[in-house]
Amino acid sequence: MKKTNNDFEEKTSIKRCKEDVIFDTVLFVVLTIILLIVAYPLWWVIISSISDPKAVSSGLVIWHPIGFNLRGYSEVFEDDSIVRSFLNSILYTVCGVLVNLAVTLPTAYALSRDKFSGKKIVTLFYVVTMFFSGGLIPTYLVVRDVGLLDSMWALILPGCLSVYNMIVARTFFKSNISEELYEAAEIDGCTQGRFFFQIALPLSGAITAIMVLYYGVGHWNSYFSALIYLSDKDKYPLQLVLRSILISNEAALQQAATTAEARAALNAKKELIELMKYSLIIISSIPVLVLYPFIQKHFVKGVMIGSVKG
Amino acid sequence: MATKVNKVGSAAKKGNFLLTLKKDWSLWMFCIPGIILTFIFSYVPMYGVQIAFRRFNAKDGIWGSKWVGLQYFERFINSPYFGRTISNTLILSLYGLIVSFPIPIILALMLNSFRHKRYRKVIQTVTYAPNFISTIVMCGMLLLFLSPTVGIINTVIKMFGGEAVNFMAKKEYWRHLYVWSGVWQGMGWSSVIYFAALSGISPELHEAAKCDGATKFQLIKYIDFPSILPTATILLIMNCGSILSIGFEKAFALQNNLNLSVSEIISTYVYKVGLIDNNMSYSAAIGLFNTIVNMIMLITVNKISDKMSGNSLF
Repeated sequence: MKKTNNDFEEKTSIKRCKEDVIFDTVLFVVLTIILLIVAYPLWWVIISSISDPKAVSSGLVIWHPIGFNLRGYSEVFEDDSIVRSFLNSILYTVCGVLVNLAVTLPTAYALSRDKFSGKKIVTLFYVVTMFFSGGLIPTYLVVRDVGLLDSMWALILPGCLSVYNMIVARTFFKSNISEELYEAAEIDGCTQGRFFFQIALPLSGAITAIMVLYYGVGHWNSYFSALIYLSDKDKYPLQLVLRSILISNEAALQQAATTAEARAALNAKKELIELMKYSLIIISSIPVLVLYPFIQKHFVKGVMIGSVKG
Repeated sequence: MATKVNKVGSAAKKGNFLLTLKKDWSLWMFCIPGIILTFIFSYVPMYGVQIAFRRFNAKDGIWGSKWVGLQYFERFINSPYFGRTISNTLILSLYGLIVSFPIPIILALMLNSFRHKRYRKVIQTVTYAPNFISTIVMCGMLLLFLSPTVGIINTVIKMFGGEAVNFMAKKEYWRHLYVWSGVWQGMGWSSVIYFAALSGISPELHEAAKCDGATKFQLIKYIDFPSILPTATILLIMNCGSILSIGFEKAFALQNNLNLSVSEIISTYVYKVGLIDNNMSYSAAIGLFNTIVNMIMLITVNKISDKMSGNSLF
């Protein structure tokens, strides 16, 4: 009791020297500026997505929404190709993560066992792929030759195991599932397979969550493999459809407007597309950003596990 | 007891390979799916990289196409794209490295010595968030932000009586936009690893230094910074190893015809040559060239760092 009192006194009574006061103030200001720089663009997209399109396009929306309007969102949900690609993305992400887990966790577990005779050679097998790869075209040709072009498996199988994630999981298993535990189970007649599924996995909820998040965000956000392997528009994931709307402006208006009426209609449509962009950004980021506050801890934990032996 | 087990183990290793295999078969089974898939999608392409040395045609396949040796490498080295793509890639990634390598370190150091714990949590949560936004969305936001008609930047410029600037059409801005938007997106998340290293410093060190009258700045300079130096070195080596392999996704998304002379980098060029122009062998040769340069960079930087500071990757 006395000690905590002392600590308390120490904390409050020692005056910070003048330099430290300046230092703390500068720190406060700089970090607040950083916070604003990072947060403002996100905020701006949110308020623009719920504002009146006219106010947005004339640059009035700066600090708060003007003329509350959810039309951007309803338009997005009425667009078939966007809804379909959204569902595609969910399907690819779920299947992709399941395959990732089925491949990564057993491998990581096996490599975390000290007595595993293949530890060195299998590790080497994977580390080589970190530093050397065939490159885009040879990989593309292999995917084509095994008949995966235009199939969702082309997005899932080639990247089924990320070596970095595997090392994170291996480190976790090594420090959390002890060899002694297995030895004890073995005496009772437990096999490695049963031990992994009935004892090791239930004890590894944290690492499973981390893997789901790392792989899941990766699948949800990527567009490159879909760009090269998929040609059927009905199979496009969300990011690819987003690309055509946000980046290449394909949706923007090919027909030329001749009459004044047509021009007005065109302008209205232009505004609508501009508005849709904001709501699209929000909708596509929602699955990740809604989960984000809850999962942040796990993400950070993953980095820390990885940094022990990276 | 321990030595006995070891002896049995080594005897089995020498004497009977099959016995260990039998003992370990279930662990081997765990590895099999990953090994098969990685073999197909990583190792077969490594073997298939020889199409860079053959004139690929679809009819004969990879193995039947005619061997042409280094022809495609020579063609790349002699083409105007050689200097352009390589210098674009190098400038972009060196600029990126110089800017986005130290910033997360500084951010982590600042956060670590920040007094308001709850406010610090808010700053961390917000600065990590952009990392989880997809490349496409980030680039889309950038385009909206800089748009000459609706963009907020131009609104502000106009407010002060300036003229709207079409940033994406001006190639002199492209590299800055690429690098600084990367900083915006990545600085928070990249600082996590340093922050983790910093929170591992024993508080006694800080207390002792405080007793001796150290200022906060001195704490950072003499305790915090040296203790994250090894982490920083390892990450720097790894970054140098990928100096010529800037990701495709962002550069491609930010490209347009007006900025192509600065934005065409190796990975986007490989994509266009190989999959748009369908010139597979030439594209594979460029890709292989890129991989080899990266390997050399990694090994060199690793050696230098090993000599200078004793920190190395392998």
